[in-house]
Amino acid sequence: MPRVRIVVCVKHVPDIQSERALGPDRRVVRDGGDGTLNELDENALEAALSIAEARDDAEVVVLTVGPDDAVDAVRKGLQMGADEAVHVVDDAIAGSDVIGTARVLAAAVQHVGDVDLVVTGMAGLDGLTSLLPTALAQLLDLPALPLAAELTVDGGTVRVRRNLDHATEVLEASLPALVSVTDQANEPRYPNFKGIMAARKKQVTTLTLADLGVDASTVGAAGARTEVVDAAARPPRENRVLLTDEGDAGLRLAAYLVEQKLV
Amino acid sequence: MTTTAPVLVLLDHTPDGALRGPVREVVTLARELAGNAGVLGVWAADAELGADVLADLGALGVTRVHRLVADADTHLSAVLAEALEQALAAAGAGLLLTVSSFENKEAAARVALATGAGVVTDADGLEVVDGRYVASKTVFAGTWNTRCAVTAPVAVVTVKANAVQASPAAAPVATEVVDLAVTVSAVARRVTLVERVERPASGRPDLGSAHVVVAGGRGTEGDFSPVEDLADALGAAVGATRVATDEGWIGHDAQIGQTGVTISPRLYVGAGVSGAVHHRGGMQASGTIVAVNSDPDAPIFEIADFGVVGDLFTVLPQAAAELRRLKG
Ligand SMILES: Cc1cc2nc3c(=O)[nH]c(=O)nc-3n(C[C@H](O)[C@H](O)[C@H](O)COP(=O)(O)OP(=O)(O)OC[C@H]3O[C@@H](n4cnc5c(N)ncnc54)[C@H](O)[C@@H]3O)c2cc1C
Ligand SMILES: Nc1ncnc2c1ncn2[C@@H]1O[C@H](COP(=O)(O)O)[C@@H](O)[C@H]1O
Repeated sequence: MPRVRIVVCVKHVPDIQSERALGPDRRVVRDGGDGTLNELDENALEAALSIAEARDDAEVVVLTVGPDDAVDAVRKGLQMGADEAVHVVDDAIAGSDVIGTARVLAAAVQHVGDVDLVVTGMAGLDGLTSLLPTALAQLLDLPALPLAAELTVDGGTVRVRRNLDHATEVLEASLPALVSVTDQANEPRYPNFKGIMAARKKQVTTLTLADLGVDASTVGAAGARTEVVDAAARPPRENRVLLTDEGDAGLRLAAYLVEQKLV
Repeated sequence: MTTTAPVLVLLDHTPDGALRGPVREVVTLARELAGNAGVLGVWAADAELGADVLADLGALGVTRVHRLVADADTHLSAVLAEALEQALAAAGAGLLLTVSSFENKEAAARVALATGAGVVTDADGLEVVDGRYVASKTVFAGTWNTRCAVTAPVAVVTVKANAVQASPAAAPVATEVVDLAVTVSAVARRVTLVERVERPASGRPDLGSAHVVVAGGRGTEGDFSPVEDLADALGAAVGATRVATDEGWIGHDAQIGQTGVTISPRLYVGAGVSGAVHHRGGMQASGTIVAVNSDPDAPIFEIADFGVVGDLFTVLPQAAAELRRLKG
């Protein structure tokens, strides 16, 4: 079987179990020390690693675009079993919207070169836009097979089953291609001791926009086509009622719904 | 303030040609924004555009529908995106609105890239401020409210269900239908849609757009009958946590949450649901939140407007019976 080269895009995001916030600059606070590998990208890594394991000659490169701390995300990928890591970091990337991030990732995938398959998670748990995978595919001129709940790569063909709001679909394309995988696709592995030790010897390549030949004015706040103009924590809900059932809670619930004009 | 260029709305429909519920809400929003510039629709011609739908669109104020006759399957995002780009150009529109769904977001990302538009997903409101579109949306599992301005000349915005209430125009208009023949590029054809199976309608409202949702979790122990009973008394959709769908107690399409359906109904009732952050991510923006849980320390009580510490197997049937009695 010919060699396959897989790039997995992973994002470093604020831990969803932590108190997440937007700063005075209306950007996601990313340096509170509460950052972590986007949980949904573990499914992307798992998918890539299991495809690679089924081949004699496969290579998995884990890629992130983000500030200094984001290196943790690719390190976790190396610990899970990826062969190489690329971290694109540049002050000019700050404030990128999805189009800007897609531009940088596309340039990085091209820099890695000879890529047969790009795998992403279904969404970043910070913005939850799910826009990036298709945007990246379009920039790389690759067929996109998003939201894989099942994924198979057979020879040069990739096939995906996906569950949408109103339908189930099966999509197929020839490699090279891009897939995004959902949390239904697999059960991500935990890095084991061997993996953690091996990862210490693996190299993380750090790249800047200049290394990638990306024009800084097309990314970051400079290139963004959207701008957050207001952000505020949602005020706590008022007039909350908490009661313990003493035999009539169902009646009281019904009365509440009627009183609130919800029925 | 209103805009000067027409607003284009993607008219999502079922395979037999009925408008999907939230489309009427999005058209209403478009009409409020468009003022005299006009609201135009795009209809993928995989289903027939019937006279009843046209009358409905006319009542909502849609002056023209571009009927996409494409030479490839518009269910593929690359095909739909190219068709929408052509429709945007034909309509001379400055804003494309769609219902927020995974499929529409895939197309939105592509249209934005191809046209230089700015894109905002999951908006729950949209206005024109100083000539720019400004969308409101909640982030971080409904814990923050933000407003996001589109700085590019063209905007693509996907709108959450229940963000606005659908209403007819002051006076109905005659809706003109214009066919738009679309030839898509070879690139857009590189994905094959091997199979697409529509999910049969459940007889209850659609989860993603329902005004009222009753959700069950592990606490149901697999018996969803009290959840369904209350849902029917309320005319609600039935939802679930991932635990319940993973256990096979109900279909995966019922999963509410970060990796399932995002909902913002007027009323959400969670029964036997702990309120894990993954679940909250999909429902915390709901209008009123009711929780029934036997554990007083369950995290869902932190966000509930009306919380009952109690057994769902007694509280839900009692509430359902009482609601039916009150309705008479
Ligand atoms: C990557 C990832 C993505 C995920 N995505 C989602 C998602 O999209 N949606 C989602 O829901 N989850 C998701 N999860 C799972 C999530 O973390 C929780 O495990 C899940 O939401 C918990 O479901 P639950 O509330 O039904 O179960 P539990 O947390 O076990 O809670 C059950 C509750 O029922 C109560 N109870 C028990 N018996 C009764 C009774 N008789 N009457 C009343 N109350 C009773 C208990 O007190 C308890 O609070 C995801 C997890 C991961 C790792
Ligand atoms: N900055 C980034 N670096 C690497 N991958 C990313 C980045 N942002 C998004 N992704 C990938 O794109 C997926 C979807 O993200 P999003 O469209 O932002 O919800 C994620 O699961 C990641 O795989």
